Amino acid sequence: MGLLEVRNLRKDYASHTAVDDISFVIPEGSIFGLLGPNGAGKTTLLRMITGIFYPDQGEILFKGKTFHPENDVHAIGYMPEERGLYKKMKVGEQALYLAQLKGMTEKEAKEKIKYWFDKFDINAWYNKKVEELSKGMQQKVQFISTIIHEPSLLILDEPFSGLDPINSNLIKQEIFDLALNGTTIIFSTHRMEQVEEICDRIMLVNKGKKILDGEVKQIRHDFKQDLFRIGLGRVPNFAEVMTYHFTIVSQEENGYVVKLTEGSTTNDILAHFIRQEIPITSFQEILPSINEVFIQQVQQIEEPIN
Amino acid sequence: MNKIWLIIKREFTFRVRKRSFLVVTLLVPLFFAAMIVVPVLIATSASDEQRIAVIDDSHLFLNKLPDEKGIYFKFLTETAIDTFSKHYEQYGYSGVLYIPAINIDRPLGITYYSSGQPGLGLESHLNRYLNNRIEEVRMEQAHIDIEQIKGFKSNLSIDFRSGKEEKKGSSVIAYAVGYSSGFIIYIILMFFGMSVMRGVMEEKVNRIAEVMVSSVKPFQLMMGKIVGIAGVGLLQFSIWVVLISMLRLLIPADIMNSAAQSNANNNAAMLEAASQLRYVMDSINWGLIITCFIFYFLGGYLFYAALFAAVGSLVNEDPTDVQGLTFPITLPIIIGIMVMIAAVQHPGSPLAVWGSIIPFTSPMVMMARIPYGVPGTVPYWQLGLSMALLIAGFLATTWIAGKIYRTGILMYGKKITWKEAIKWIR
Repeated sequence: MGLLEVRNLRKDYASHTAVDDISFVIPEGSIFGLLGPNGAGKTTLLRMITGIFYPDQGEILFKGKTFHPENDVHAIGYMPEERGLYKKMKVGEQALYLAQLKGMTEKEAKEKIKYWFDKFDINAWYNKKVEELSKGMQQKVQFISTIIHEPSLLILDEPFSGLDPINSNLIKQEIFDLALNGTTIIFSTHRMEQVEEICDRIMLVNKGKKILDGEVKQIRHDFKQDLFRIGLGRVPNFAEVMTYHFTIVSQEENGYVVKLTEGSTTNDILAHFIRQEIPITSFQEILPSINEVFIQQVQQIEEPIN
Repeated sequence: MNKIWLIIKREFTFRVRKRSFLVVTLLVPLFFAAMIVVPVLIATSASDEQRIAVIDDSHLFLNKLPDEKGIYFKFLTETAIDTFSKHYEQYGYSGVLYIPAINIDRPLGITYYSSGQPGLGLESHLNRYLNNRIEEVRMEQAHIDIEQIKGFKSNLSIDFRSGKEEKKGSSVIAYAVGYSSGFIIYIILMFFGMSVMRGVMEEKVNRIAEVMVSSVKPFQLMMGKIVGIAGVGLLQFSIWVVLISMLRLLIPADIMNSAAQSNANNNAAMLEAASQLRYVMDSINWGLIITCFIFYFLGGYLFYAALFAAVGSLVNEDPTDVQGLTFPITLPIIIGIMVMIAAVQHPGSPLAVWGSIIPFTSPMVMMARIPYGVPGTVPYWQLGLSMALLIAGFLATTWIAGKIYRTGILMYGKKITWKEAIKWIR
């Protein structure tokens, strides 16, 4: 049983359906990537999971029970893509206010603020106004405010936008640490490369519909196109690469990218070059990136329409 | 419930701790104090003394012009006007009054010389003194008993009674109280309504709204802000009441005394009028007026604040949107103040009656009518209906605004029109 289970969720707007019959399960303690281009319905989906919107159809199970926005929001930390803080408010008071709104007592909240401010080394900012901080500093405060009540589900919508590489890494490390300690994390983005690095599982959405979901490794494996990169000691001549075991996709400086013919095995490729007495320096399978899978999937779905 | 309290607390303390709160709170009573003190100071200030030289060739006025209100006359008998009119300032006079040897039936050629404009007050004083004296001389010449004439003079004021208890009433007081309370409510609606709107705009434009509504319901966020700002308004008002009553004590006693004397000196009639005024002030039902004022202040504020919050939720980055969006809300308030100004003059007219019942205008218009008397001018049924409609009205506007607000605060980057917003209500 997952921490969060979503069944046949649907949300209609006046002009279009933002979320169309989406179901998925997020296992406890995993980092779940929600992927899709801008306007795919990610934010609407997240707003339903955080209780901001009511779904038109379907249900949300949180910790095995029907999601109850008023009680369950205390167990959720949500950092929306469109996020901000009260500019004229002091940093410490702001963090305290947001923590109390998540149901913490003043005492608990102050202890936690101290812990996190120490950890991020930002104690000196406690009495500064938010508007005096740089954008990156504000993001740190925002992040702390999101996780201060130790949510069991943490939802981060484009958490790295507007962050410099140093702060990005800092936040990324925190995300890994939180996941290690059992926090379930939904990580929403349209930047596919971040996902492969961070997420265990992903779901691809486009135009409100789920395209696919599963473990990152599994998806890349499922969508592999039997491509291999082979490094060679010398450049073979034309006759030496004539075989039915593979076709050459592209030529590289010291080798080829080849596509395995159906019915052949990788050993057939290696055996071919060995027979030609061409030295093999490397041999590696090429798995598609999530980005490639995504583009391929979106095109496949859209083609019949065009 | 706990959360809405947290929001109210933040909205309240945040605003109260701002420097502008302190400034406004202190400046307004100072302004009121200045309005009371400055005219008194001007009236009693010694520097305004006018020393007037009089050259009286007619010999009719010698020592018959009274020294009062800082105007002193000095009769010069041995001086010729043609040279003196050029040199009077050297002798310390502010002007010269020249009275030629006039024919009492056709008193022409009386002239006042001064370096600057004499001022309306001095002009009317001089005219009055001279006319009085000429009338006196004419009466003497006609052998009319002046004392007898004085005895005929009448200074009547009709005793207006209103209501079943036949209380002494005064339209002047009712007008003043009605006008000022109607106007104060107008200012409150505009000032605090805009304050609510700006607060909502800040949350939307700075993208705080979505962070907040993941913890609290949008309605809680909206009501927390409205109630918090109402608290600021009430606090500010209480401080003003206390400060104004304290400032009255702080005004130097001699100013108050001289002000009282300058009024009382002239005629005993003033004292009579003052005591009458006090009686009339007592005749006004202050308890009822203050209770109604607080009711209409809060009711009107709640009625409009929710609508202003809805407007704030529609605004996007472009601040020029604000004017177009607020117009439908400020319009009824402006109509209200206009109806109020009419109603305070004709409190029984149909315009005033309906204006004081319809909740869009009732907070202002009803406050203009109430000082004229309940149930005399405002029957109980009208007051009851007006109050009930205002309560129903603010529940309705809050409900409608809540729906618009809920959607509006999360709509970014797109200009929203009222037409779209109204669709969200359904």
